[in-house]
Amino acid sequence: MKHTLVARVQDEPGVLNRVASLFRRRAFNIDSLTVGQSESEHWSRLTLVVDTARVPARLVEANLRKLVPVAEVQDVTHLPTVERDLALVRVACAAEERSELADLVAIFRGRIVDVAADSVIVEVTGDLEKVDGLVELLRPRGIREMVRTGKVCLLRGAAAAPAAAGA
Amino acid sequence: MILSGAQIVWECLVREGVEVVFGYPGGCILPVYDAMLDYPVRHVLVRHEQGAAHMADGYARASGRVGVAIATSGPGATNLTTGIATAMLDSVPTVFITGQVPSALLGSDAFQETDVTGITLPITKHNALVTRVEDLARTLREAFVIARSGRPGPVLVDVCKDVQQARTHLDWPPEVRLPGLQMPPPPRPADLERAAELVAQARQPVILAGRGVIESGAGELLRSFAERTGTPVAATLLGLGGFPASHPLALGMLGMHGEAYVNRAVQRADLLLAFGMRFDDRVTGNLRNFAPQARKVHVELDASEVGKNVPVDVAIVADLRATLAAVLALVPEQRHEEWLAEIDTGRHETRGRDILHQPDDGRLHAAHVIRGLWEATRGEAVVVTDVGQHQMWEAQYYAHERPRTLITSGGLGTMGFALPAAIGARLARPEAEVWVVAGDGGFQMTQAELATLQQERLDVKIAVVNNGYLGMVRQWQEFFYDKRYAATPLLSPDFALLAGAYGIPAETVSARGDVAAALERARRRPGPALVEFRVEQEQAVYPMVPAGAALDAMIRRPAAQEVRA
Repeated sequence: MKHTLVARVQDEPGVLNRVASLFRRRAFNIDSLTVGQSESEHWSRLTLVVDTARVPARLVEANLRKLVPVAEVQDVTHLPTVERDLALVRVACAAEERSELADLVAIFRGRIVDVAADSVIVEVTGDLEKVDGLVELLRPRGIREMVRTGKVCLLRGAAAAPAAAGA
Repeated sequence: MILSGAQIVWECLVREGVEVVFGYPGGCILPVYDAMLDYPVRHVLVRHEQGAAHMADGYARASGRVGVAIATSGPGATNLTTGIATAMLDSVPTVFITGQVPSALLGSDAFQETDVTGITLPITKHNALVTRVEDLARTLREAFVIARSGRPGPVLVDVCKDVQQARTHLDWPPEVRLPGLQMPPPPRPADLERAAELVAQARQPVILAGRGVIESGAGELLRSFAERTGTPVAATLLGLGGFPASHPLALGMLGMHGEAYVNRAVQRADLLLAFGMRFDDRVTGNLRNFAPQARKVHVELDASEVGKNVPVDVAIVADLRATLAAVLALVPEQRHEEWLAEIDTGRHETRGRDILHQPDDGRLHAAHVIRGLWEATRGEAVVVTDVGQHQMWEAQYYAHERPRTLITSGGLGTMGFALPAAIGARLARPEAEVWVVAGDGGFQMTQAELATLQQERLDVKIAVVNNGYLGMVRQWQEFFYDKRYAATPLLSPDFALLAGAYGIPAETVSARGDVAAALERARRRPGPALVEFRVEQEQAVYPMVPAGAALDAMIRRPAAQEVRA
């Protein structure tokens, strides 16, 4: 199954390399890894989606904790979260299909953000399932190029994840 | 206090209590070497940087203190890597300091530039590149804290040459705050109670004692626990010495070359108490049928080792000493007479097969050498072994009574480890008698350190067990490759002549009757001495669990009458 881990890591050179090296040498499978600014200047926030078919999430977590620049790790898989993934999709689209495509994309609260003669760029933001859903609908039309950010998330409600507590 | 980066390096080492470092100078570390002369730290000049790494490692294993090695950039640093990986796999607290090209040249493929922090990332507990002199003292301070905290390990600090030359105010933080370095909390009462419950229910318990017993200083508590609960103690290779071998509850080593009665006891146990060990494949044999009836309690400092190879019933991620101290009050006094009697039956049967109990036919076996050494030193020497057959015979025939008396490369299995590690051990333990036990293959990998030994005038005795083969590989070829001895017959120099070239007294022994006297002569000489033992060439280490087989599916040592004529 897929597990989502959130880590608070020191914002210093090479920290992403340390995480990537760990996953490579332990043969852990990463579905997505995003790293970006957090609420605190010296800390980055890492969001990992890992496939735990072969290695339990607890072991992935324990290994991450051993990296010195990693301050905290939390498995948020079973916690209520707001999660988002952003996709930009260049999809084949003749001029006469544009309005129909715009309607389709609107159902997913996506939008067309760029138009060329025979293609458009669709932007969609949402949880993984929603983005997957739209991508699958676009696929038969001919996806020429696509980029996804990978999952990021925050816990719902007032409680910050421990990952933010010490910041 | 305004100091150069080079002076800061030594200032930091002195403040950490470092008395000796092992190293080799070169261009990008020259400022550090220049500053060295003004500080009260002994420097041991090695002949190859791999030697420096093993010496720092041997120093740390023998003393429990952090071992330090220094090398220059590029090849100096890459030569360290085998030693760093050795320390990593066996959790040895070490700090490596390497010179790096000036920060302005980083990434330009400058002369003797390599990406050392990149290369050593997977084989260090942590590493850092220092490009600003203001960061140097803090980085070195953190290196020592990280190296010895929790599960210890190697830390490398790569220091640009311009950082060594730049000057700054020394800002050495007595306390360092490393949010990522979390000490495990004390053991949870509920887990301790559950573990104590399993101990109370057990009829056939076995303790598996690993290096964690030694690292956490839990030897005395382990003894109290074993005695109170009547539980026999098997040890991993790196756990030997953590529990006295002469104790009635001591079983000796388990695993691939563990005695048959030990492995059988593990396989038949109804409770395994794994203390400070990590269920390495050399210990468990095939995981699918490892100790099938046993419930398992795992006390281990490193959470990532718990449940990695073997699922356990109770996991206690905590310091072993603290755990044993707390659980001792919860476990009942017990005796397991039947269980111990059953184990003893196997033990007696094993003795009958023992090479030591077979009539003297004049042949010299490695076992005779090891046993002779044990007798000569009354089991009290610090023995530093290399890797291979002699290493396993040492583990079987030298009964270690105390922690830190066996120093050996377990996890990585690094040939060439023994001689340099023994030099480190000797400097850590000047009061101890230090012996190298090495094979003819491994000894030749780092024999250049004989010069270091002599230059430093260190009293290290050396036993080279020469069987003319890369013996352990030959044994695998004998058992599993149809005796096709590809690249295992080995030409060696006359080791006594070689030692003589370095001014080290030496002799050669090839008869069983001469072992004791030769060992005694070596022991009585002041300073280093070497004895080459020319032993039976095609002996195998028994018993042996073939890779992938169950722990009790052993190739046994032939019984007395079957020994080949």
